[in-house]
Amino acid sequence: MSPQGAVMRRELRSYFVTPVAYVFLVIFLVLAGILTFYAGDFYERGQADLQPFFVMHPWLYLILVPALTMRMWAEETKGGTLELLLTLPVTLWQAMLGKFLAAWLFIGLALVLTFPIWITVNYLGSPDNGVILAGYLGSWLMAGTFIAIGACLSALTRSQVVAFILTALVCVLLLLAGQPQVLDFFSGALPRKLINGVAHLSMLRHFEAISRGVLDVRDLLYFLLSTIGWLLAGVLLLDLKRTR
Amino acid sequence: MIETDQLTRCYGNLTAVDALSMRVEPGQVLGLLGPNGAGKSTAMRMIAGFLVPTSGTARVCGYDVMREPLLAKRALGYLPEGAPSYGELTVREFLQFIVRMRGLKPDVGYRRFDEVVHRLQLEEVLGLCIDTLSKGLRRRVGLAQAILHDPPVLMLDEPTDGLDPNQKHAVRQLIDMMARERTILISTHLLEEVHALCNRVVIIARGKLQADATPAELEQRSRYHGAVSFSAPGSGMSQEMLGRLPQVAAIEVDPLDGRITVFPKPGERILDAVEQLLRQQGLEVSEIQLERGRLDEVFRQITTHADVQRSMATGESA
Repeated sequence: MSPQGAVMRRELRSYFVTPVAYVFLVIFLVLAGILTFYAGDFYERGQADLQPFFVMHPWLYLILVPALTMRMWAEETKGGTLELLLTLPVTLWQAMLGKFLAAWLFIGLALVLTFPIWITVNYLGSPDNGVILAGYLGSWLMAGTFIAIGACLSALTRSQVVAFILTALVCVLLLLAGQPQVLDFFSGALPRKLINGVAHLSMLRHFEAISRGVLDVRDLLYFLLSTIGWLLAGVLLLDLKRTR
Repeated sequence: MIETDQLTRCYGNLTAVDALSMRVEPGQVLGLLGPNGAGKSTAMRMIAGFLVPTSGTARVCGYDVMREPLLAKRALGYLPEGAPSYGELTVREFLQFIVRMRGLKPDVGYRRFDEVVHRLQLEEVLGLCIDTLSKGLRRRVGLAQAILHDPPVLMLDEPTDGLDPNQKHAVRQLIDMMARERTILISTHLLEEVHALCNRVVIIARGKLQADATPAELEQRSRYHGAVSFSAPGSGMSQEMLGRLPQVAAIEVDPLDGRITVFPKPGERILDAVEQLLRQQGLEVSEIQLERGRLDEVFRQITTHADVQRSMATGESA
């Protein structure tokens, strides 16, 4: 087995022997259900699709993903296992990738477990299942970016609380970057071109495009590249720690 | 083989390891000795590839730890200070994780797993969470992790810290057994360990190499080397006579148990002369001993000497 595979397995194992995994899954599924049916007006809309379900995902991730990723490196730094891990024959990138994949697969599992909602909507009407699949894909990709941000910022500090808060902060900024209120706020101070640039950084905009069923390469690339970028930044931070 | 060449590490203004050059050959068990904070762990962390040296290099089996880190790490078994491990895993899960990380083939992995578990007597705790284990058991799990891939070079940071005397003995036996063809570097501040384990000692203080010798050579530096000590009740008279012997430099009496130690002048042997004198006096000597030298005294002398040098150096620059 490759070293990143070994890291991934150990990380997943740790999720499930500590209550992290179960707490996360229960809260995610309950909140996803409640928000979809009550806040999202699932029935009242009278449409057979999962838009009200997917619309809630960014906000769910905003709370839950930082909780999942905050311990990723902070705990290893604090507990001294970082020294053990980094003196085993594994590169920083492999270790980072293994940890990322564990969290990403875990979120994938959480998404798979929302299948009753998919069954419900298919029972009630005849939705476009292609759009729903695109929604799931978009949600999973977005979760990947959230996790990468969390992984990077967890490498920054030995305090899990700090890692949580920083991750939530960066994520909310990236989510809201494209909202009119935010753009209006900057419109006086910044040139129009820069504002357009900020708008393109918005996660919501890219996610909404995918979850409407529009699979544009640019939206996919946005999530893939920002995920890789944040992971690389995390690797650099870890490497910096060794020289400090 | 472990080599370091002018290995240096600074934390801000503090130089934790200062131009450390040494070489450990296969078959050697080198004890890295020094007071707390002398730079032992920092040096080991650099050799293990965890910390990046500020300057200088380290090589494990000829592989530069910065340029060929994976090859160096494969050749090395390393027990970090405090034997960190993933507390939420069971011993079995943890060791299996190490097997996978080391990339051992399944058949080799299983064989080594069984061997190591047997050797460190971990059979009964395989299913237990590491968090629930005693300090001694955790240390043994850390040792198992370090030797799992049967490495040619072994580096153990305070391997017997926190163990009871029986466990210490078992760990020393294990190291002894592994010593024959391997290169072993252990750090310790326990001097008894040096006697029990090491065939070479490097003493560092304030990050600098202060001494590199065999334990016997170090003992010779002690002022106790060649001294004769004995217990004899009512020997007040003979003390004066002993002082008159031409080979004797000084006499000390332990105020607690009245044990008398006679120090020779440099290069003199005094055991026969002292014995003869005591016999002439007709004294009842319950026990007499020729001292080999005391490592703790040499250790203190070398490491505090470094402190004095240091304060003089900073005094001059100020």
